Amino acid sequence: MAIDKENFSRREFLKHAGSFAGGVVFVSLINPFKFVFATKEPKGTGKWYGVAIDIEKCIGCGSCARACKVENDVINEPFFFRNWVEQYTITNDEQILVSSPNGGIDGFKQPVPEEEIYKTFFVPKMCNHCAKSPCTQVCPVGASFESPEGLALVDITYCIGCGYCVQACPYGCRYIDPTKGTVDKCTLCYHRLQQGLDPACMMACPTGARIYGDLNDKESALYAFIKEHNCAVLKPQLNTSSKLYYNDLSQEVH
Amino acid sequence: MDKIQSLYEALAKVEGFIYPNEIALNWDMLIVMYPYVTGLVAGAFILASLNRVFDIKALRPTYEISLLTALSFMLIATMPLISHLGQPMRFYEMLITPHLTSAMAIFGFVYLWYLMVVLLLEIWFDYRYDMVIWSREKTGIMRHVYRALTLWVSDTTPKSRKTDEKIGYFITVVGIPSAFLLHGYVGFIFGSIKANPWWSTVMMPVIFLFSAMVSGIALVMFIYMVVTWLRKQKIEMIVLDSIAKYLFYILIIDFSLESLDQVHRIYVADESFDILKILVHGKLFFSFFIMQIGIGTIIPLLTLGFLQFKKPNDKIRKAIYLILSICVLTGIFFMRWNVVIGGQLFSKSFYGFTSYKVSLIGSTDVLLSLVWFIVPFFILAFLLWLLPPWKKAPAPH
Repeated sequence: MAIDKENFSRREFLKHAGSFAGGVVFVSLINPFKFVFATKEPKGTGKWYGVAIDIEKCIGCGSCARACKVENDVINEPFFFRNWVEQYTITNDEQILVSSPNGGIDGFKQPVPEEEIYKTFFVPKMCNHCAKSPCTQVCPVGASFESPEGLALVDITYCIGCGYCVQACPYGCRYIDPTKGTVDKCTLCYHRLQQGLDPACMMACPTGARIYGDLNDKESALYAFIKEHNCAVLKPQLNTSSKLYYNDLSQEVH
Repeated sequence: MDKIQSLYEALAKVEGFIYPNEIALNWDMLIVMYPYVTGLVAGAFILASLNRVFDIKALRPTYEISLLTALSFMLIATMPLISHLGQPMRFYEMLITPHLTSAMAIFGFVYLWYLMVVLLLEIWFDYRYDMVIWSREKTGIMRHVYRALTLWVSDTTPKSRKTDEKIGYFITVVGIPSAFLLHGYVGFIFGSIKANPWWSTVMMPVIFLFSAMVSGIALVMFIYMVVTWLRKQKIEMIVLDSIAKYLFYILIIDFSLESLDQVHRIYVADESFDILKILVHGKLFFSFFIMQIGIGTIIPLLTLGFLQFKKPNDKIRKAIYLILSICVLTGIFFMRWNVVIGGQLFSKSFYGFTSYKVSLIGSTDVLLSLVWFIVPFFILAFLLWLLPPWKKAPAPH
């Protein structure tokens, strides 16, 4: 059996453990633990941005993708895009061919002879700025968040680069920037919007196929466009409440 | 830049159409390792708990080995995740500012709960008495090490041992749902991604859980055999036969659940079915049909089933168990592979595929994954040296 001197009791241990736990609680009080909640529903009637794309007007020139790369310093390699253009070709024998070489920046070639084409069109893609965005939902630290204007943004000084949001985006709009180790995506040129300027892709489009605006403003061109055209969003079954509306969207487009 | 170079190689191998941002496969081998290692922890722990809660005498020699195995792997379970981050030094943000809607954000808490409250406490109560004894027997620095490990509680009365036993039992009971939580939760990280039809199934947490149990049991079987052999002791066949019996039962459940998932996919055949069918029959053929289902499931199932009815002699049985445990461990690794890598090989546009190249030279993820898989065995060796289960005092009566 133990001699008394050595025999520290459980009570003693509990005392030590208690004071340690107390210390931890005290430190936590000085620097409180913060839960983050980055996916808020909009409050009030401020700006609520949305985008519409008129597929009929897109000529596949890739100016939008080019302008975006320059404006936002996106790495100039064919693996990183904040926006890009896809070419859809449906042949007479019902084959669906899709391509987006270098995001459409260098233009497109049509490999299918004209007489074999059933229909062909271009689909510009960018962040859908979903109202119920799955990407901001999954961010473990809240570095991806929804701005009060309804834009899905990233705080790259806070992003840990886990890539969970990249997996969660159904539209392939996010990528990890290998030079920074953080995620990157379309911000609808938030830095320009703040200064009252239009996003780079909107400025660059020569045919006016892209419209953006405030969905809360019933007088806006965007509101009128959505009202007048039969618009659809991508992957509506996923219930992301996408705010990227396409006019004349074919069902083949995913 | 090497990364960009490898992306050009991947670009050349793209089949059909994928979104341009999808050429880079984001979650590499390290993320395969993450559920694999966590699964081994949960599985090994559940085996230990079965032993304790249901008082299965035949499994008793594996109790401490299971617990220490679980601890060894648990200690590095976060490392594959952290080393995969683009900004690894920011990992602590997940613990101090967790984003409430994120499935991933809770991992730190589930992990800490399991490590601190369940594993460490259970092991501590299990070894407390022995550590006190050892601290008295040893001299020099080890005396102080053991004394520190007892947290300076040196009570060795029969009453204190009884209390240890009681608290330990209680922790085990809390530990079982905790182990379920740990791995079911890892499954939820994947299962909750609605953008990815290969992952997005409510079955995912349950499948992850049962595959975790399968892999953990196989690992303990393997380690028990190797450790006993290294100690030049006799491997008790009743222990192996019992582990094998549980492995057989859990494997049946695991296989049924995974089959149900696949049958459901095939029968429902929703919009993602065509692309997933091409994926499974093409890029995943080897890892899915050959490794996961063939070597990892069917062969062990048939062999274990056969052994339930007919038992060849000990030597043959030992060899069979050793091979089977490796088969099962390999199969579950490929199951994680098929989920993590497979889920990123097809485009979310459903029109094409990208590729993933495994090479030991030049890709840090593969090397690091190997490291994170090997390190726990060294930790285990150290723990078995520090806390040898075979030198424990017999349980009080």
